[in-house]
Amino acid sequence: MSKKWFAAPYLLWSVGFIIIPLLMIFFYGLTDRSGAFTLENVVAILSPEHSKALVLSLLLSLASTVICLLLAYPLAMILNKHHLGRGSFIVFLFILPMWMNFLLRTLAWQTLLEKTGVINSVLSALHLPALDIINTPYAIVLGMVYNFLPFMVLPIYNVLVKIDENVINAARDLGANGVQTFFKIILPLSIPGVVSGITMVFVPAMTTFVISTLLGGSKILLIGNVIEQEFTQGNNWNLGSGLSLVLMVFILVSMAFVMKYDREGEGGMF
Amino acid sequence: MVKRGVERLYLVLIFIFLYAPIATLVVLSFNASRSRAKWGGFTLEWYTEMFQNSSIMQALYNTLLIAFLSAAIATVLGTLGAMGISAMGFRMRSLCMSVTNIPMLNADIVTGISMMLLFIAMGFRFGFQSVLIAHITFNIPYVILSVMPKLKQTDKSTYEAALDLGASPVYAFFRVVLPDILPGILSGFLLSFTMSLDDFIITHFTKGPGLDTLSTKIYTEVRKGIKPEMYALSTLLFATVLILLLLINVTPELRKRAALKHAQAAARR
Repeated sequence: MSKKWFAAPYLLWSVGFIIIPLLMIFFYGLTDRSGAFTLENVVAILSPEHSKALVLSLLLSLASTVICLLLAYPLAMILNKHHLGRGSFIVFLFILPMWMNFLLRTLAWQTLLEKTGVINSVLSALHLPALDIINTPYAIVLGMVYNFLPFMVLPIYNVLVKIDENVINAARDLGANGVQTFFKIILPLSIPGVVSGITMVFVPAMTTFVISTLLGGSKILLIGNVIEQEFTQGNNWNLGSGLSLVLMVFILVSMAFVMKYDREGEGGMF
Repeated sequence: MVKRGVERLYLVLIFIFLYAPIATLVVLSFNASRSRAKWGGFTLEWYTEMFQNSSIMQALYNTLLIAFLSAAIATVLGTLGAMGISAMGFRMRSLCMSVTNIPMLNADIVTGISMMLLFIAMGFRFGFQSVLIAHITFNIPYVILSVMPKLKQTDKSTYEAALDLGASPVYAFFRVVLPDILPGILSGFLLSFTMSLDDFIITHFTKGPGLDTLSTKIYTEVRKGIKPEMYALSTLLFATVLILLLLINVTPELRKRAALKHAQAAARR
């Protein structure tokens, strides 16, 4: 018996609980309540309220992805440079917050951001203008950056660690300065991690409904909120599935993006 | 010198950003006032009350049991899966890895509703089992992706050597292969456990009305106001894990140092 068969239980599980459920979304999304084929549920994305939610989700998730990248790249470089990441200590520091419940952690930002909250008390003590962003899209972006930053840091860090120092030394020996070395050597070699980080942040940010509920008040609807409501309140599974299909297009595009730039899976989380 | 200072400062700021909400929750767990907005003095009331709150205790029990069972089952399925996949040819292997990547890269909301639709179509009763199945499903990829790199590093010839020397395949697996990949299996298990514990979205769609985990309980409490007992419980959980992980991370280091000292002393003699 070949060792390949060890994978059989897992593959059966994947077909039953990954592939078939995804096909169910296609089925519901492309049919109406009576089960007849229709494109109505997908086209519904074009209605003003749905397209507004989609555009807002896109904008906020792009903003938080860019911010995460700008924060994470220097961070990963510093961690790598000082060899702070020996063993699993760095992963440990980034994974540890996950042991405090995700909802509570996000909710804590309410307390921090409130008009009379901690941050504003500190700001007013320093005679700085107050930060009034709670229940605005800015607070949602902050929540996204806060929750998904580790997903950007870890893949970038993992590719930076693997860069052979001799390559960098060689560039320096051949006369490249720090900036040139960064743009010609380090950055291109770290692309797999960057790309993987971008999807790891963009997809959950684009599809969240929790962060917008907790930090955006109840007025700001993202596409995730719309879909969630169709399933839990509206009970229109067909419409919810149809809108999810639209969402999956974005997910597929970003997956294709990763496959293109990170074929070896170097930019993983581990 | 200046550059180093700036780098240090940057690290400190990032960690303040990551840990400020956690510090807030810890402070709130000792806050005598029920309101999140003001400090009403120090109290341990919530820590004693949480043990008497049977619905919180039930949610904690569900959360931990689901996390443990789903991580354990995912570890077994995932380790076997990783061994099988690594024995496959290139094409089959890429196909399997793509399937493995689906729950990792897919949005939680899509994974959640897809499983909800499946359970409805199968007429499966929503509750403990449906949540457990969903958690196993999203945990397996973490195990596979932790074990695969370790399998790649292991030298196939040691396993073959064990077989040549008369070991049965099972014996050879447990004595030769398993010790090599054990760190990957353990980190897969730990990661799965953490992901399951922290999950809200997928549980939200697959749980049905009868069951609550800590996450879903907190979500329903958001509008009514979170009970301070929740902060106490989370702080306690966090502190426990922090201590455990510090022990695991620090103890081997200390042991190594002690062994080194011992060796040095022995060498001097």
